[in-house]
Amino acid sequence: MKFKNELLTEYFEDKLAVVGLVVFTILAIFAIAPALFSYQNPYDLTQLYLENSFQAPNANYWLGTDEQGRDIFSAIMYGLRVSLYVGFASTILSVIIGFTLGLISGYYGGWVDTIIMRIADIQLSFPAILIALIIMALWGAGIGKIIIAITIVNWVYYARTARGVVLSEKEKDYAQSAKALGMSNFSIIFKEIMPNTTAPIIVIATVRIAVAIILEATLSFLGLGVPITEPSLGSLIANGYQVLFSGYWWTSVFPGIILMVLIISINLIGDRSRDIMNPRLKR
Amino acid sequence: MALLEVNNLNTHFFTRGGVVKAVDGISFSIEEGEILGIVGESGAGKSITGFSMLGLIDKPGEIVSGEIIFNGEDLVKKSEEELEKIRGNEIAMIFQDPQTSLNPVINIGDQLMEAVLYHNKKASKKDAYNVSVDILNLVGLPAAEKRMKSYPHQLSGGMKQRVVIAMALLNNPRLLIADEPTTALDVTIQAQILYLMKKLSSDFGSSLILITHDIAVVSQLCDKIAVMYAGRIVEYGKKEDIIFDPKHPYTKGLIACLPKLDDDKERLYQIPGIMPSLLSLPEGCYFKDRCEFADAECDVYPQLQEIDGRRIFCHKVK
Amino acid sequence: MSQSEVKLLEVRDVEKIFSVKVGTFEKKDLHALNKVNFDVFKGKTLSLVGESGCGKTTVGKVILGLYQATKGSVLFQGKDIAQLSPVQRGSLQKDVQMIFQDPYSSLNPRKKIKTILEQPLKIHTKMNKKERLETMLSLCDDVGIDHTYLERYPHQFSGGQRQRIAIARAMILKPELILADEPISALDVSIQAQILNLMMDLKEKYKMTMLFITHDISVVKHLSDYVAVMYLGEIVEYASKAELFKSPQHPYTKMLFSTVPDIHTPLMTDSVLKTGEIQSPIDLPVGCFFANRCPYKDEVCEKEHPLLTDLGDNHMARCPKIGQF
Repeated sequence: MKFKNELLTEYFEDKLAVVGLVVFTILAIFAIAPALFSYQNPYDLTQLYLENSFQAPNANYWLGTDEQGRDIFSAIMYGLRVSLYVGFASTILSVIIGFTLGLISGYYGGWVDTIIMRIADIQLSFPAILIALIIMALWGAGIGKIIIAITIVNWVYYARTARGVVLSEKEKDYAQSAKALGMSNFSIIFKEIMPNTTAPIIVIATVRIAVAIILEATLSFLGLGVPITEPSLGSLIANGYQVLFSGYWWTSVFPGIILMVLIISINLIGDRSRDIMNPRLKR
Repeated sequence: MALLEVNNLNTHFFTRGGVVKAVDGISFSIEEGEILGIVGESGAGKSITGFSMLGLIDKPGEIVSGEIIFNGEDLVKKSEEELEKIRGNEIAMIFQDPQTSLNPVINIGDQLMEAVLYHNKKASKKDAYNVSVDILNLVGLPAAEKRMKSYPHQLSGGMKQRVVIAMALLNNPRLLIADEPTTALDVTIQAQILYLMKKLSSDFGSSLILITHDIAVVSQLCDKIAVMYAGRIVEYGKKEDIIFDPKHPYTKGLIACLPKLDDDKERLYQIPGIMPSLLSLPEGCYFKDRCEFADAECDVYPQLQEIDGRRIFCHKVK
Repeated sequence: MSQSEVKLLEVRDVEKIFSVKVGTFEKKDLHALNKVNFDVFKGKTLSLVGESGCGKTTVGKVILGLYQATKGSVLFQGKDIAQLSPVQRGSLQKDVQMIFQDPYSSLNPRKKIKTILEQPLKIHTKMNKKERLETMLSLCDDVGIDHTYLERYPHQFSGGQRQRIAIARAMILKPELILADEPISALDVSIQAQILNLMMDLKEKYKMTMLFITHDISVVKHLSDYVAVMYLGEIVEYASKAELFKSPQHPYTKMLFSTVPDIHTPLMTDSVLKTGEIQSPIDLPVGCFFANRCPYKDEVCEKEHPLLTDLGDNHMARCPKIGQF
């Protein structure tokens, strides 16, 4: 059992994990305040000049421009913002919903558990993309809808993890002792057991944020995600994909690289978190 | 020549908080067929001693120095492959918790047969099967042949421990190391398992190291006793000497705090305090803060004294 | 029993049946408790002794309210609590507290000791923060833990220290009845002595009423006033402590005594090997439950289930052949 200070010092012992954290922080800073770093706001149409279109990377436009004269470098910054926003928002919602359902499911058991888990099973048997497509076909496109779609896909993983922990914790003497004191079930679940479930949830969340981001990028790539006026990394890649083989590679490749770097850095952070949170047995 | 001779063994753990000298320079020996008891409170280093015999020490621990001479060869100097040939074969170990010692998803028969076949490549499956059934009968498992198909969760704690002992004995080890084998069992089952271990070690001619915190258990089985405290041996000698004439205050304390059925005193004797953490050991004798006889002399770690074939580390014993 | 002794807890004909799965589709009844009867007198300690699987922990949990009895009654402060859950018992519940066996899982690893000890006070009393702190500090002194421990977490303590904390938690509401379920079994023998002495001191100081549950008959001598021996869900012998230790009558009690390792006696021989194991409480035998392990059994034992015989002087045993061996 380790607590905050120990965890942090341990985290920094792995050089690669530190690199991941640094890279992610840089990208996050870009995403939070793109205006500070970008050359232009690529979505403000008044700033675009068609005569600048399809310029290869040069001194003015470090990563080149696309067919509308948009500076790719700036577009990536704004795109990062959308990607991270969608990724985190959907993850937070998934955690809240999945976590709560998992705790209730595991603690009460019986038909509540059966219903929740069967819904989860059914959902897991469909590919994530398919579910997202169905939802967006029913309710239309837009950032809000994407977040809902990704949330619906992802809550299952948190529910299962929380349920697993609850099943083993609720039989332990400290939970029984709380019950014997006359605490209500609700109190026992959220005051006694929940603090013991946060560690595994954090571990899963760090990994699934990456999955959420990729899912959004995929949807956007397919043209179903964000509207063209607020491109995310996925739609930028899609956009450039159409002209990729005409020789204008920079419009697709650079967003792709940044997306990849983002995912890798998140995975590095997640891996390291998982390792340090693992209770190591002392003999 | 002794079957096992341990000389000045040091197993240290290099942790974030400092170097933990779990085993700090201990020496003992066992003859063929002898039973040695290593007794002490939790944290004394008894289990680590047992694991060191088989090289089962993982990072951040390692055997820093010393010799473990088994059958004339120093185990400390052996490679991992060489040790693998010895484990489960010439030296076998029985761990504390029967719940986790057996693989829960493989049936008993397969686990036993696997142990046989690993060390006897030429044996046939049928031979392995017969040997396994025989040994289950030998350890007193009721309906042994039927049990070959059982899974661990279908057996009681006592039965599981019998299976674990059976597995250890399969390849006729010359040395058995049992780490708190009865701590997780009821007293009634403990008596049966202890008796079984004594009988089998005698029948098979194996030597046995019995590691436990309960000196009453040790008194039932062992020929020799080593009392450990904070990583070191404080008293070492023949069972009769140590049990009926303990000299070190710690040993005396361990014996005195046993509940006695025929005693009329209303309070149990207790050794005050708890064993110090290995990261903050006192200057001088490690036991001095809990010892009723300690004084200024004890601020220096006591030297070894040999009295009538017994080794003791205490200033107050002359 | 003297007339001046007041009964605090009366357990009457309590039965507890669990439905367990055997095989893929079949369910069978596990008879954990088979008409258990005993009383606990105010200010006295009753020890309940038996092997794992005899039902002693189950009866403790029924009294505590974690299980509801299938049949029978448990009278406490005039009310039958056998079928009531802790929430249903309301304020009565603060008078029954338990010390659990495993010091490593009985304290919430995520909570400071202070929070763990304060919790019962917050739920069942109207004390303010200052009063709660005073209560906790005085209890720390009683159980021998330093005041600084309150700010720490359970994993920073040894097994013995955690049990002291668990005892403090059980006592903080000053309950009428304390259940101790194998409170020392997971500790080193040297620490067992410390905790037993502590419990004796507390019993003396607070005139505690206690039900002490254990599988090790050798530890009950110092703490108990009365001892009940349990086997497969029923009491097989009951007597005052002195009487039971002086002359145990039931063959099972005698077996329990014979298996205690004693430094002065060598290991028993074949009789030890034959002590066998307690059978599963599914499919109970028709006659005496202990028959298959009893060295004195005959055909009558296997056919008729024996009743408790009063041997006089408040000593009872469930065996028709007392005095014949």
